Amino acid sequence: MKYMLLINAGAIGESGGAAECTVEDWMAYDKEVKDAGIFVSGESLADLVTATAVRVGEDGKRTITDGPFAETREVLGGFYVIDVPDLDVALDWAARCPGARGSGSIVVRPIADFDA
Amino acid sequence: MGDEQRAEFGTPVATSQQSPARASVEAVFREERGRLLASLVRRFGDLDLAEEVTSEAVEAALVHWPGAGVPAKPGAWLLTTARRKAVDRLRRDQAYAARLAILQTEMERADPAPPADAGGDLPDERLQMFFTCSHPALAAEDRVAITLRCLAGLTTPEVARAFLVPPATMAQRIVRAKKKIREARIPFRVPGADELPERLPGVLQVLYSVFTEGYAASSGPALQRLDLAGEAIRLARILRRLLPAEREVAGLLALMLLVHARREARTGPDGALVLLDDQDRTRWDRPMIEEGRDLVVCALRGGPPGPYGVQAAIAALHDEAADLATTDWPQLVALYDVLLALTPSPVVALNRAVAVAMRDGPLAGLALLDGLADERQLQTYHPYPAARGDLLHRLGRLPEAAEAYRRALELAGTEPERAHLRSRLDAIAPATHGTQRSFGRPPSRASGPEGSAEAMH
Repeated sequence: MKYMLLINAGAIGESGGAAECTVEDWMAYDKEVKDAGIFVSGESLADLVTATAVRVGEDGKRTITDGPFAETREVLGGFYVIDVPDLDVALDWAARCPGARGSGSIVVRPIADFDA
Repeated sequence: MGDEQRAEFGTPVATSQQSPARASVEAVFREERGRLLASLVRRFGDLDLAEEVTSEAVEAALVHWPGAGVPAKPGAWLLTTARRKAVDRLRRDQAYAARLAILQTEMERADPAPPADAGGDLPDERLQMFFTCSHPALAAEDRVAITLRCLAGLTTPEVARAFLVPPATMAQRIVRAKKKIREARIPFRVPGADELPERLPGVLQVLYSVFTEGYAASSGPALQRLDLAGEAIRLARILRRLLPAEREVAGLLALMLLVHARREARTGPDGALVLLDDQDRTRWDRPMIEEGRDLVVCALRGGPPGPYGVQAAIAALHDEAADLATTDWPQLVALYDVLLALTPSPVVALNRAVAVAMRDGPLAGLALLDGLADERQLQTYHPYPAARGDLLHRLGRLPEAAEAYRRALELAGTEPERAHLRSRLDAIAPATHGTQRSFGRPPSRASGPEGSAEAMH
């Protein structure tokens, strides 16, 4: 079963990454996920100041705005999709993720399966 | 919603249309239902399917057994019948069957089936169900609901009645919990030894919530709802059989028994609250106290004490005392010190202050209570102003006592608790209005803790 781990950073450090962990932590975790054979996909997102929002109104006209900037404390910094047997295993991987530490958190969402 | 209704339809609900005989047969099945459900969930990995065929098997038994006689192994008969019905269903639904086959294989790999027990009837596979139903990924209120539904074998309307919520609300909670178990795939498994210390408290918390809800209803006319407290004890006994080495399970069961032993004396004939110092201790359930005391010994021996074991020891001290005067208050204060270190909370501190007042006098207790005045958790907690009122009353500071009782009255949830506070207030109100007559004696004990978690002691 596939789960998405949404990595929310509470505090953003100088480098634009989560403040509580180092690049080495992330590289080590990434290697673990890939070595375990559960990796489906994953990306880390560029700094939030680079974000742009698009909306399409009823008249078909599109509106482009800068942002959105963090209105809440937590900012989506990246994600993993992993394929594991059940929620307990997914939660274990989330707990090992460097982004779960300090002010960060990982939200675990099952991927909807429309074939089942 | 459709699934839920279907499951309900086949469930033997003790409705008013049914004969009393049938209702009593169904009560016998209640324990069997939980076991059966757990076995079927293990085999098919699907809670909805397991519930439906469990209900159908019980229905079949109700039809066949009166004529053909009860089979030698009723559990095995029910399981075979339910499995056959499940297989029938799966044949009718190929896609579903394919999905379940995958699930089943994965489950077998992760957790091989336990051997059937020597007795030959059903092995008890309910432990994993306890852990699934109290999984931290479920909302706290949903954990309680689904535990009562799947392990205690209560129907959704019964669970709803016990919690004084509309059946539709309770059905929603149960549907939500089952959907999350199914779609997020919360596994049916017993956590490994390394995870157990982290997960067991969650299971115990669910059972204790059921118990406290049954014991001191948070709202409504009745102070005690014995059926819920009884269900909690029944579930704790099952858990104790399944996890005999876990001392906190023994501690929780002990705590429940030692508190429940006072149930007959806790309310008067009119349903009014009777405080510990006014209770007729001859009406306490001695065999239940004995059983609880033996369990306290198990809970406290062989390692550092856990919070349930310590609370049980506190309850045991009250149960052993002939009256308040001869209660071992120094020992109680010492136990509260241990409890406060294990689970620091303003409610525990409040209970400790009450015990200190009994040991050292009301002034010492009041000083501790006043030190808790800024605790947020106590701002809306009626036992706090009630305890202050009692100590102020004993000190003869009547206007302040009346004010504290009035504050408690604003916050109290159940009618018996409010009635009790009104009588306290009435006893001193004339004095505060300048009359010379003094009604009622000051309480010999702060009533604060009655109705709170620790307060049932």
